[in-house]
Amino acid sequence: MSLETAHGHEHAEVTNTGIDNRKLGFWLFLSSETIFFACLLVGYLVYHGQNGEGGPTPHELFNIPLTSISTFVLLMSSLAVVLGVFSAQQGNAKAARGWVAATAAMGLVFLGFQAYEFNHFYHEGLTLSSSLFGTTFYVLTGFHGAHVAVGVIWLLSLLYHGRKGGLGQDKAGDVEIAGLYWHFVDIVWIVLFTVVYLLEAAM
Amino acid sequence: MATAAKTLGFIPRPTAETGFVSWLTTVDHKRIGIMYGVTAFLFFLFGGLEAFMIRLQLMKPNLDLVTADTFNALFTMHATTMIFLAIMPMLAAFMNFLLPLQIGARDVAFPRLNAFSYWSYLFGGLFINTSWLLQVMDPTRRAVPDSGWFGYANLTTVNFSGGMGPDFWTIGLLLLGIGTLVSGFNFITTILNMRAPGMSLMKMPIFSWTTLVTSVLVIFSFPAITVALLMLMFDRQFEANFFNVAAGGNVVFWQHLFWTFGHPEVYILILPAMGIVSEILPTYSRKPLFGYSVMVFSTALIGFMGFTVWSHHMFAVGMGPVVNTIFGLTTMAIAIPTGVKIFNWLSTMWGGRVKFTSAMLFALGFIMCFTIGGLSGFMHALPPSNAQQTDTYFIVAHIHYVLIGGSIFAIFGGIYHWFPKIFGRLMDEKLGKWNFWLMFAGFNLFAFPFHFLGLMGMPRRIYTYDAGFGWELWNMVSTIGVWVLTLGILLFIWNFVQTMRKPVGTAADPWDARTTEWTTSSPPPAYNFKEVPVISVRDDFWYKKYPEKEHAAGHGRGKAQTIAHAAGAVHEAAGHGGGHGIHMPGQSYMPALLALGITLLGYGLLFSNMVTTVIGVVGIFAGMFGWAFEGDGGTVIEVAGGDD
Repeated sequence: MSLETAHGHEHAEVTNTGIDNRKLGFWLFLSSETIFFACLLVGYLVYHGQNGEGGPTPHELFNIPLTSISTFVLLMSSLAVVLGVFSAQQGNAKAARGWVAATAAMGLVFLGFQAYEFNHFYHEGLTLSSSLFGTTFYVLTGFHGAHVAVGVIWLLSLLYHGRKGGLGQDKAGDVEIAGLYWHFVDIVWIVLFTVVYLLEAAM
Repeated sequence: MATAAKTLGFIPRPTAETGFVSWLTTVDHKRIGIMYGVTAFLFFLFGGLEAFMIRLQLMKPNLDLVTADTFNALFTMHATTMIFLAIMPMLAAFMNFLLPLQIGARDVAFPRLNAFSYWSYLFGGLFINTSWLLQVMDPTRRAVPDSGWFGYANLTTVNFSGGMGPDFWTIGLLLLGIGTLVSGFNFITTILNMRAPGMSLMKMPIFSWTTLVTSVLVIFSFPAITVALLMLMFDRQFEANFFNVAAGGNVVFWQHLFWTFGHPEVYILILPAMGIVSEILPTYSRKPLFGYSVMVFSTALIGFMGFTVWSHHMFAVGMGPVVNTIFGLTTMAIAIPTGVKIFNWLSTMWGGRVKFTSAMLFALGFIMCFTIGGLSGFMHALPPSNAQQTDTYFIVAHIHYVLIGGSIFAIFGGIYHWFPKIFGRLMDEKLGKWNFWLMFAGFNLFAFPFHFLGLMGMPRRIYTYDAGFGWELWNMVSTIGVWVLTLGILLFIWNFVQTMRKPVGTAADPWDARTTEWTTSSPPPAYNFKEVPVISVRDDFWYKKYPEKEHAAGHGRGKAQTIAHAAGAVHEAAGHGGGHGIHMPGQSYMPALLALGITLLGYGLLFSNMVTTVIGVVGIFAGMFGWAFEGDGGTVIEVAGGDD
C-alpha cells in the first residue's frame, strides 16, 4: 500500500514538520471526515423525534445490550490494531500480520451485528422511507458501516501485501496509516453509540 | 514490493515523454497545471456561451429566443460551470503550476493524487455537461439541471423536479468534490512539509499562503456539501425523507448545509485571486508587498470568518431578528480584513515605480471592481436592505463584480504575468492592453446596470419581462456590454494562439520579479530546481539579485546569513547536495483509471444501470489496487553541473 511521495519512499525524506507526508496528508483527510460525520450527525439531531406516521420509535427498536457487545468488539479491534502497529515497528512481522488479521475479523463481526440489526429493524417496519428517524438512522449508521467495510478491505489488502514474510518494519508505515483510519472509524462509533443509542435510552 | 508489483501491478508504469500517453499518465505538477488551465478555459468559454444566450434573451422585453425551461437550465448551468468548472480549476491551475516552484519543491507531496484530482475534475465536468447531449436526444428526460446553482430543496425534490436534472447535478458535484478534496489534502501537505530550507511560513510567497488558506477552506467546507448532496441523492434515488416536508423534513436544513459550504466556497474563489494580485502588484511596482504579515493574517482571518457568516444568504427565510442580527454583524466584520487588503495593495503601489503592463492593468481592474463588489456585499449584510435586494439583479451585480471583476480579472492578470514562465514565450503586450480595456469596459457596461435594474425591482432568474417597468434601457446596455466583453476574450484567444506560434525562448526572469519560481528557466525543467534553493529572506530572489537593497529593507544581513547557514546544514543532511541525481516520481495510468471508474459508477447510479455500475466498481478496484501495488517506478535524472 503505497501513496508514494514526490521523492519515492525507499529513503525517509526530511520534511519541514518532521512528520511523514503520508501521515500528515492522512491526518488532513481524517479532519475532513470529521466534518462529514458531524454534518450527518447534525442531520440526525435536527430531525430527532420526527417519527412520521407512527413508525417504530428508537425506544421500541434499540437493544442496548446487543449493540454494546458489537461496540465492545469494535473497541477491542482498536487495541488489536495498536498491537499490530507496535509489532510491525518492532520488526515482529508475523505477529503484526496476526494482529491485523484479528482487527479485520473483529471489524467483520461488527459489520455482522450491524447487518443483523438493520435486518431486524427493517422487519419491525423501519425503512429508509418509513419516517425521518428511519432516514437519518440508516444513513448515519450506514455511512459509518461503509467506513468500517472500507477499513476491512484495507486491512485485508495489507495482509495480501504481507502474505510473504508478514508485516515487518519496512511496512510499519503502511500499517500505521491503516491503523489511523481504523481508530478514526472507532472514535466515530463511540460518538454515534453515545448520541444515537445511549442518550436515547437515557431519555 | 517487487513481487506484489508483478501480481497486482497489472500494467507497467509508462515512461512516454511526449504524445498522448505522456499527458494521460503524467504526474508532473506543471503539466497537470497546464491541463487544468486549458480544460478550465474551455469550460469558461462554454459557460460564457450560456451567459451570452441569457443576455440575448433578456436584451428586449418579451423575446422568445429560448423557452422558460431552457432559460432555467441556462442560468443553472452557467453558474455551476463558471464556479465549479471554470474559476475554481483555473485557480487550481495556478496553484498546481506555481506552488512547488514558489516554495522550492520538486513536485507536490502526492504527484499521483494530483493527477487523480485533475482527471476527476475533467470527468466530473464532462459528466454534468453530458446532460445537454441527453437533453438534445430526448427532451422528455429533462436532463439539464435547472433548479439554480444552490439547488434549494423542494425545487430539487422528485415532486417538483421529476426529470433527471437534479440527479445530474447532484452526482456530478459529488464527483467534482472528490478531486477538489484530494487537492486540498495534497496542497496543505506540500506547503507544510516541502518548503525549501530556510523558507519559514512567514517567508513564503503570498500566493502560496492564499493556496494554504484556500485548501484549508476546501477540506472543511466540502464535507458539508457532500453530505447535503448525499442526502438529496438518497431522497431522489431511494425515497428517503431528508427534505420531504410531508414526513417532517425541513427544506431550510438544505439551505444551512449548502451555505455552510457555499460561503467558504466564495472565499475559495476569491482568496487565490487575491494572492495572484498580491504577486503582480509588487513586481510591477518594484516594491515589496506592503504589510506582508498583515496580508497573511487578513487572509487567514477571512478564511476563518468565512465559516461564520453562511446565514446571510438566508435573511429572507425568516430566521428571526436575533439570528439575522448576528449574521449581519459577522458579515460586516469580514469587511475589515478585506478592507485592510485593499489598502495594503494601494500602499504597495504608493511611491513605487509602477509599470502598466497588461498583468498590472488587470490587477488594477481587480482592485477597482472587487471594491465595488465588496461595497454592494456590505449592503447585503444589513438585513433590512437585504430584504429589498434579495433575489433581485442587485445580487446578480454583486456576484458578477466579485467573480468577474474579482476572480476572472486576477486570473487573466496571472496568465499575462506567468505566461513566460509556463510556456517560455511572452504574450503580446499591445494586444494584452486592448484585451484588458475591452474586457474592463465590456464588463462594467454589462454588470453595472444590474445595480440599477435590481434597485428598480427586476427579479433574478426571470426569463423575460414586459415593457414599461423602465428596465428596457439597462437590459439593452448590459447585453451590449457582453458583446464588448466577448470581443475582449476573443482577442485574448487570438493573442494566445499567436504567442504559442512563436518559438520558445524567454529569459528566466523577464519582469524582474521577486519570488523563487523566477529562478528557474522558462519553462522550468521537469525537476524544477537543479539545486533546491536555500532561502534566507522574504522575496529571496529579489534580494539575491539586488543584495544592496537588502540592508535598506531592514533585513539584517547577519541574521539572514545565520539562517541561511543553518538551513544549508539541514539541506546537506537531507541529501539535497549535488551529485546525487534527482529522483523523479514515475508516471501512472492509475489516477485516470480510478477517476474513470468513479465516473462510470456515477453514470450507473444515474441510470440505475447495473452493468455500468459493475464496470465502474471494477474500474475503481483495479485503479486502487494497481495504484497501491504498481511499485515506485520513478527515475533518477542525473543533472550536469549539479554542484553550482
